[in-house]
Amino acid sequence: MAAISRDEVAHLAHLARLDVTEDELDRFARQLEVILQAVQRVNEVAADDIPPTSHAVPLTNVYRADEPVPSLPRADALAGAPDVEQDRFRVPRILGEEE
Amino acid sequence: MSTATLPSYEDATTRYEVVIGLETHVELGTRTKMFCGCSTVFGAEPNTQVCPVCLGLPGSLPVANGAAIEATIRIGLALNCGIAKWCRFARKNYFYPDMPKNFQTSQYDEPLCEDGYVDVDVDGETVRIPIERVHLEEDTGKSLHVGGTGRIQGSSESLVDYNRAGIPLVEIVTRPIVGAGAMAPEVARAYVTELREIVRSLGVSDVRMEQGSLRCDVNTSLNLPGAEWGTRTETKNVNSLRSVERAARSEIPRQASLLDAGERIVQETRHFHEDTGDTTPGRSKETATDYRYFPEPDLAPMAPDPQWVADLKAALPELPRQRRKRLQAQWGLSDHDMASVLNADAVDLIEATIAAGASSESARKWWMGELSRHANDQDLDLAQVPITPAQVAQLQGLIDAGTLNDKLARQVIEGVLAGEGDPEKVANARGLAVVSDTGALTKAVDDAIAANPDVADKVRGGKVAAAGALVGAVMKATKGQADAKTVRELIVQKLS
Amino acid sequence: MSDLTKRTAAELAASMEAGEVTSEQVTRAFVDRIAAVDDKIHAFLHVDAEGALATARRVDADRAAGKDLAPLAGVPIAIKDIVVTKGLPTTAGSKMLESWIPPYDATIVERIRAAGMPILGKTNCDEFAMGSSTEYSAYGNTFNPWDLERIPGGSGGGSSAAVAARMAPLAIGTDTGGSIRQPGAVTGTVGAKPTYGANSRYGLIAFSSSLDTPGPVTRTMLDAAMLHEVICGHDPRDSTSIPQPVPPVVEAARQGLSGDLSGMRLGIIKEFAEEKGAEPGVVAAFEAGVEALAKLGATIEEVSCPHFTYALPAYYLISPSECSSNLARYDSVRYGLRVGDDGQHSLEEVMSATREAGFGPEVKRRIILGTYALSAGYVDQFYGQAQKVRTLITRDFEAAYSKVDALVSPTTPFVAFKFGSRTADPYQMYLADLFTIPSNLSGGPAISVPSGLSDGLPAGFQVMAPTMRDDVAYRVCAALESTQEPRLSDMIPDVV
Ligand SMILES: [Mg+2]
Ligand SMILES: [Zn+2]
Repeated sequence: MAAISRDEVAHLAHLARLDVTEDELDRFARQLEVILQAVQRVNEVAADDIPPTSHAVPLTNVYRADEPVPSLPRADALAGAPDVEQDRFRVPRILGEEE
Repeated sequence: MSTATLPSYEDATTRYEVVIGLETHVELGTRTKMFCGCSTVFGAEPNTQVCPVCLGLPGSLPVANGAAIEATIRIGLALNCGIAKWCRFARKNYFYPDMPKNFQTSQYDEPLCEDGYVDVDVDGETVRIPIERVHLEEDTGKSLHVGGTGRIQGSSESLVDYNRAGIPLVEIVTRPIVGAGAMAPEVARAYVTELREIVRSLGVSDVRMEQGSLRCDVNTSLNLPGAEWGTRTETKNVNSLRSVERAARSEIPRQASLLDAGERIVQETRHFHEDTGDTTPGRSKETATDYRYFPEPDLAPMAPDPQWVADLKAALPELPRQRRKRLQAQWGLSDHDMASVLNADAVDLIEATIAAGASSESARKWWMGELSRHANDQDLDLAQVPITPAQVAQLQGLIDAGTLNDKLARQVIEGVLAGEGDPEKVANARGLAVVSDTGALTKAVDDAIAANPDVADKVRGGKVAAAGALVGAVMKATKGQADAKTVRELIVQKLS
Repeated sequence: MSDLTKRTAAELAASMEAGEVTSEQVTRAFVDRIAAVDDKIHAFLHVDAEGALATARRVDADRAAGKDLAPLAGVPIAIKDIVVTKGLPTTAGSKMLESWIPPYDATIVERIRAAGMPILGKTNCDEFAMGSSTEYSAYGNTFNPWDLERIPGGSGGGSSAAVAARMAPLAIGTDTGGSIRQPGAVTGTVGAKPTYGANSRYGLIAFSSSLDTPGPVTRTMLDAAMLHEVICGHDPRDSTSIPQPVPPVVEAARQGLSGDLSGMRLGIIKEFAEEKGAEPGVVAAFEAGVEALAKLGATIEEVSCPHFTYALPAYYLISPSECSSNLARYDSVRYGLRVGDDGQHSLEEVMSATREAGFGPEVKRRIILGTYALSAGYVDQFYGQAQKVRTLITRDFEAAYSKVDALVSPTTPFVAFKFGSRTADPYQMYLADLFTIPSNLSGGPAISVPSGLSDGLPAGFQVMAPTMRDDVAYRVCAALESTQEPRLSDMIPDVV
């Protein structure tokens, strides 16, 4: 039986970088409970020896030649940015370190 | 932080067994990025080598660079790996601002290459390093941290450049290396050195640690003899071959002191500091990120054609270790002499000099002697010394022909290094040539005998050793351009 | 000229070709219609009258100059706002992209431009295409021309409502679980989901990469087929695009319109027939459609697809999983919204605040669900198991297609419902996609064509066909359309 606690929703929201409200925690926990009950029906199917499908089309070896194509003009690359400094994307101070 | 006392390295490695593992990332030297056609040329203006794909713009899709896949398979083959018959890219999901999509396109449980090994020589012994996997992924952008010390800690903001984002990155992971004991750090260094040589010999990356195109993480754990393996730490930021060894060497006593004090090792990332040779703790992995890997739906699976793989294998160049063994035998060098040549990074230069016509002894003599000294004095890599193997061979040709002697040759080298041209041109321009005109030489000998009658008498009386003074006088008179051996022969001949 | 908007795209193209009307006149008629009607419908998020008219004039000039033009040259089109258009705002129905102007065109938009089709504007949709009613657009509801108190379907409610209300003769939708077909069904228009991979996803803002498919939204089958031939075909920028020629769908549609289906074997899916959730009126309209097709010579038999009942649960694991990763890129760094950057907060805080503020409830719900389904400890029983079910559903299709040429079903279990009636319980909304999802999971083509009315509201008839046999679906749907006098899409109430 899938059950999902409020704490678990909070953890998932953190993993997904969503600063959810207390209200949302309650609501999502309740709704996800219902949804999970429904979707866990996939486990009724005996599929031990069934290969999973990750791609609808069975193509393989789709490669590109190693030939440069023009990049975006820098102005276009930066045009949508919330904040730009020294031709770079400016972000507030980073707390965590690189993975 | 523990206050336990630090045991000596020898003490630590006597009482504990050391297990080491290495994760190496190599940036491939393809012309374009892994999943888009942006150029990879190093050092471009920020955010000028970006496009919808490598900026992760909404709607963009990746297409894999075939050359990067070929390069990865060649690395795998050179490391004696098996090549997957079918495998997929996977998304590694985590948030970080220099990663445009907030997932890294990588590989998870289906690497392109698996289960290989590489043999390295440490102190005359061969150590086989087991390779777990070689897989392909993409690099991240680069952040400039503003404010504070320029490091991420204490900065007030960061500025991101995505030119490097999406460069193909090959990750090579060893299995745990056990049984090396106190030698573990040297084994680690020898492995990374060998790996670098192999990748370079394949021509798929410039593998420059200082530019970050080869990066290394060193995993270390200790355990009591017979006990299970201990908890490992992962040391990052190891940016030179020497640091690979130093990082392991500093981590071993640190862990030993904690274990001695009955504390447990925290599974964490540690940062190596070149200046102090120490490591400091980074992120704890105990609250490990859940990367939520899943197969990349935007990229088709890879199924390398076995015949193609066989062809790639057959076309691999001679690998560095085989080549070294062959050259050592051809050049007739002892292990010790060969080691010096390797340390000086002189193998290619000597080989090219021989190919240009010099003997192996003379080629080695110039590069390991005069030219190495010059490199040291000027703080250059040997290959950066401004003389070519062809020029060295030409110089040696002039000596062999009797046109130059060693002393003159050194002056010619000075001229070449000063940019005056080829050895022949320098010799002509500077008027450097052995005086071989017998008439002029005979006159100089006669003059010297006449000017030193006492010495001449001694020689006539059988004290041949006294001829040295006459030789010196002739050499002085000819400004060193005479061949000392010929001069001596002439003098002895005249006075006998 | 006002009756120009009542003509089909094929008729407009023929009139322009015959010189009876110009593209500028046609485009002006639709621009005027939008100005007159869209206050009530709210199908458009952005109207580009100037751009559309400029294209129209260019096509008219080209036609006057005798240049070779594409069949739909000069026929205007509306584009779902989840498809990237260079220089035109593209929001995906989200606050996250409120002010984003893309620097590039989607491949299908390039093809539309190359075909000389004026782009009227961008249509409303559920945020990031997640929804079945367009109520989850951040920019307000779109209203169903049949009844302004009812939803127009979703996620592509804007495209279907625009076509239904004659504000555009053609539109582009995208279909991940039914987002082209279900809005088509509830607005009495045609919605065609091509074979996955038959056209390019490049520039389609990703919701669920392994399912998303762009396709035609029209009033008639011939129009859909003509648009299909404009946008479909292999694209090297999409690694999952199929390198095969587009099936001859225009020819197939004309063949179907001739009213002969002899030799066509159609399958009714036993498990769908047993589904209790379908409204009686919808079932009745479906049965009438089956009867009509049988009269045209098709043979009808029941086939069993035992795993289709697991399609909905599998879909609500696979699509949220992929979406949780696809939507990670909206992080306030490179484009889109940023909130809370007041100098006090770290990037992590700004990122989380931005995503909290920028995403609506359905998107957040699915991101959290997908994060759960992919996380360590759950991935096998949720995401992994769903992918196995996906295999079984594809096998069900294959088994069915060994017996019949196409499968038929109602498009959606219920007609257009009233605003707010299914938002409280998300799973009730998900049921709208019960019959449409299997084709997304297997990748095969599926088309919804109007088949009748249920209590005065339109019901859709779905035809599914094997991968890359889009022509079969077009032929059957066109045949059904040919039995309607008048066509259902000509019975849409005029909202003025
Ligand atoms: Mg890696
Ligand atoms: Zn790029």
